[in-house]
Amino acid sequence: MSTRLATGGRLIDRSRLQSFTFNGARMTGFAGDTLASALLANDRMMLGRSFKYHRPRGLVASGAEEPNALVGLGHGARFEPNQRATTTELFDGAQMISQNHWPSLEYDIGAVNQAFARFLPAGFYYKMFLFPRVFWKHVYEPFVRQSAGLGKAPDAETRDADTYEHFYAYTDVLVIGGGVAGLQAALAAGRTGARVLLIEQTPHWGGRAPVDGGEVADQPVDDFVNQCVADLEAMPNVTLRTRCMGAGVYDHGYVLGYERISDHAPGMDGPRHRLWRIRARQVVTATGAIERPLSFAGNDVPGVMLASGLRDYVVNWGVSAGDRTVVVTNNDDAYRTAIALRHAGLEVPVILDARAAGGGALADAARELGIRVENGKGIARVTGSKRVTGVAICAQAGEGAVLEEVPCDAVAMSGGWSPVVHLWSHCGGKLTWDEGSAMFRPDADRAPTGHDGAPFVTACGAANGEFDLAAILKDAHAAGQAAARATGHKPGRKAAPKAQAGEEAPLEPVWLMPQGAGIKLRMKAWLDYQNDVKVSDVQLAAREGYESVEHTKRYTTLGMATDQGKLSNINGLAILSDALGQPIPQTGTTTFRPPYTPISFGAIAGEARGPLFQPIRRTPIHDWHEAQGAYMEPVGQWQRPYCFPQPGESHDDAVAREIRATRDSLGLLDASTLGKLIVKGPDAGRFMDMMYTNMMSTLAVGKCRYGLMCSENGFLMDDGVVARLSDDTWLCHTTTGGAERVHAHMEEFLQTEWWDWQVYVVNVTEQYAQFGVVGPNARKVLEKLGGVDVSKEALAFMQWTEGTLAGVDSRIFRISFSGELSYEIAVPASMGRAFWDRLLTAGKEYGVTPYGTEALHVMRAEKGFIMIGDETDGTVIPQDLGLNWAISKKKDDYIGKRAQARSHMVDPDRWKLVGLETLDGSVLPDGAYAVGEGVNANGQRVVQGRVTSTYHSPTLDRGIAMGLVLHGPDRMGEVLEFPRLDGSVVQARLVDQVWYDKDGDKQNV
Amino acid sequence: MSEAASALDGASFEGLVRVADAGLRGMVTLRGDLGADALHAAVKQVSGCDMPGQRKITAAGDSAVAWMAPDEALLLCPHGQADATCAALARALDGVHHLAVNVSDARATFALEGDDGALREVLAKLAPADLSAEAFGPGDFRRTRLAQVPGAFWMPRQGAARVICFRSVAQYMFDLLTTAAAKGSGVGYFQA
Repeated sequence: MSTRLATGGRLIDRSRLQSFTFNGARMTGFAGDTLASALLANDRMMLGRSFKYHRPRGLVASGAEEPNALVGLGHGARFEPNQRATTTELFDGAQMISQNHWPSLEYDIGAVNQAFARFLPAGFYYKMFLFPRVFWKHVYEPFVRQSAGLGKAPDAETRDADTYEHFYAYTDVLVIGGGVAGLQAALAAGRTGARVLLIEQTPHWGGRAPVDGGEVADQPVDDFVNQCVADLEAMPNVTLRTRCMGAGVYDHGYVLGYERISDHAPGMDGPRHRLWRIRARQVVTATGAIERPLSFAGNDVPGVMLASGLRDYVVNWGVSAGDRTVVVTNNDDAYRTAIALRHAGLEVPVILDARAAGGGALADAARELGIRVENGKGIARVTGSKRVTGVAICAQAGEGAVLEEVPCDAVAMSGGWSPVVHLWSHCGGKLTWDEGSAMFRPDADRAPTGHDGAPFVTACGAANGEFDLAAILKDAHAAGQAAARATGHKPGRKAAPKAQAGEEAPLEPVWLMPQGAGIKLRMKAWLDYQNDVKVSDVQLAAREGYESVEHTKRYTTLGMATDQGKLSNINGLAILSDALGQPIPQTGTTTFRPPYTPISFGAIAGEARGPLFQPIRRTPIHDWHEAQGAYMEPVGQWQRPYCFPQPGESHDDAVAREIRATRDSLGLLDASTLGKLIVKGPDAGRFMDMMYTNMMSTLAVGKCRYGLMCSENGFLMDDGVVARLSDDTWLCHTTTGGAERVHAHMEEFLQTEWWDWQVYVVNVTEQYAQFGVVGPNARKVLEKLGGVDVSKEALAFMQWTEGTLAGVDSRIFRISFSGELSYEIAVPASMGRAFWDRLLTAGKEYGVTPYGTEALHVMRAEKGFIMIGDETDGTVIPQDLGLNWAISKKKDDYIGKRAQARSHMVDPDRWKLVGLETLDGSVLPDGAYAVGEGVNANGQRVVQGRVTSTYHSPTLDRGIAMGLVLHGPDRMGEVLEFPRLDGSVVQARLVDQVWYDKDGDKQNV
Repeated sequence: MSEAASALDGASFEGLVRVADAGLRGMVTLRGDLGADALHAAVKQVSGCDMPGQRKITAAGDSAVAWMAPDEALLLCPHGQADATCAALARALDGVHHLAVNVSDARATFALEGDDGALREVLAKLAPADLSAEAFGPGDFRRTRLAQVPGAFWMPRQGAARVICFRSVAQYMFDLLTTAAAKGSGVGYFQA
């Protein structure tokens, strides 16, 4: 059994007990434990079940590479699935549940899958689910749904109780990884005066070195680590950050850091996670290395662990995985585990060294401790299902004939080490195969390059393939200095500290144990624990023709789980290379993509949640609208009142009331959202003529003109009223939400095409609150407010004037989008609310009625005015809408003119705008199509038109609509059929789209 | 115009730093060739300020001038003087191609006051700019974005910053700044 040892554990504080639960059972650990070490100390070796076969799975590792120990952590608003137990710190009150089992962890029905494992080979999904089709719904899908998935998603109705944030940090040198290499690199860079940021994913400095031991500058490596940290903390130009993982390296020295601020103390003030968005001029990756498993039968049985992980639990947390541990290895490093176990008073029955010649000095040290060492031996298979009970020993060179069975309750395996090259590779760093150490390591000659073509990432230490302490420090020192030098800082002459170098015998690659293992053994030799991919699966893929490692990955799902193959990739591609009969470098690796380990959605979202999810643009009258109970709708990022329902009133009734009140007496519209652009300069006139289809240069000062704006391809993109303010200045109104787009359109042409024209454009949209004062009594209320002559004589239709209206500086436009007598009044936004209140007070005697966007839409439709976004959809040209009158024939050019002369644009078969009047008075469905006779080439019903706007008109008390119809204007009076979604059909007659006051008598009073 | 109201009407918040609606401020956008002597002279005459260099702000008395783009400056003045500033610029730049326009009410201004390092952190949570003292301090100006909206900021002195944004997103900006300044969320990246 696994248990807490009586002594030891450099990271735990035995005086501080922490209680927690696992699947409801109460347990205790110590401050400094990880979830994993605490579980192991409580004899929880089996932690979950695998994805596909539901096999029992336990801890394999002690760090970020752990594939199995994922738990659901927390409860209620703080529940989160798939939390990696090895990288999450224990806290008092932690609640954990195991994942992917039913009905219980101990007894799992899905485990029958493994009995059918031979029917679930690689590519099973691809092969089986093709046919017969009905099987998908009734057989395969329920099966997949039942057996797939790791943790369960949090309850959809709960809201994350924590907050998250981003932080932008700039630095000269970013060092990722706080092991001895990272510390030394940071020191070397920091001493030059460069700004240095050093981040470490765990809460501790020093990485593996304190566990593995050694001496630096004649002091224990522990002391060296402490000295480094103290020195770095004393440097004002260096920032140190633990619990902060380098998640991804991107172009231009952009790096994401993932800081877990309060995962170890949930509920404390401040954000839970912080996403560091770092701009580093140079990046040093000192990310260490990951030990590889060995592929032998039963290497997934709980109790089989990486030798380094097993050693970590003993040294760091005082936890033993078992009383009797068999060590199996192809290198010298695993001997350290045997020695550490023996020092902790635990038994090591045998060390199986797959190398015929065995190990070096460390092997001798193990033998001196009385440990039995067997060279040239390996594991034929592991016995036990939910827990290791023993190993069967065989010759590595053979086919697995059992020589001896050794009882044990843990196995420490080591297949060598792979440098963590992820961050090096994210932005294009290339790798080279190191034959001697059987590993891919960064190729310094093909580093990720920055904007200037020079490398901006340097790997050092174990991440660079250096494993000897002296070599690591030398490499890291050089990397830190080189990075600082690249940022213009001058390194001194100080050399790297000397470390005691230990001789190690070379590793011998072992990709399969024993090397001649038959199919029965290979089918139990796991490569990817989380996704249940075995040696036999990869070999099958190769036989079926999968030669590319990327294809094999997707076919077998090797390395596609949440651990992204940290343990399985190299072993898998070695098996693939062997099956394909080609060297490993020819097979290559799959692509390393960020993030290094999964990061929380909360960290990615940062502050963007709740009210900050998206900016909402508010007019100066917004608060008033809300206080009136207005029903708001989004228009771009603006919130506008759709209507102002009174108590008990439906939205439809409110809209009808607002329209009647406006047409009968006086309506008010908050039109502040309309875009307003000032265009000024000696060349502004000809610029305006290019921007608009109309002639704008001839517009007289004091007058307004409705204008159309098209894209280069001739399509109508915006419309609005243009006012000429002075000889060289125009004011362009755009649609709500269109100001930024139109401004950008203008600037693009000014900056790229007509850069020599003297024109400036400024967006003044928000400078003004703008109100529509609409209805037969509009003039009366303005006269009552007083200060500006708004009579027909002084201010005719389509003119504007300025003055002090009701004591407020105002610009008054006599324009109408409703067909009524109408003024639009612009006042400074800071006076908007005060002026609005004055309008309401003065309008009281006329029954002043604020109206919303829907009333606006209905009134413009009654008048036959088009709306950008309704009648246009990016494929409509002004000519389609009968707006030829707004297209100047006199101008040589305007944006879109040439496009509008293309054959398709002048095709007489283009659908054209008409009014649509239902025979039964009902409202046509929005977007409905008018059907014709027969079917088209695709077998679809022929259509000959569609509805673009449709409303109930309270003024006419019937449905009115506009639509685009084939030869529409030539077919007035014809009746078309519009099928509804329910299968019924509505008939509508083609009519003129101007229903209300066609001659304009009402607006011209 | 005593009834003139800023978007948030004096809202304030105490956290890592104090965040407050700074009320109405006169602002004039001036577009023109910032390298031209005529503009330098006009700006000096109207505001008393030198034309700022790239990403800088200059100040004199109630006025300040900020660099917005190679052909755009922002003149700051008391709220009631913006129209007069526009008129004065028009007179001073008679015959010189330019565009000067009152944008005072198109903006909201916030004042951040408190510990210098904390203040830098609050901004660095929202804006992709280098907020370290070496890179940014009094006299510097950044036209950038804060989370999802455009904005600009400068430091009138150590321990103080002004943030401007469009008026319509004043509430969003206030919520952003107060969230970033929430108690307990200090980063500790910038040494005071």
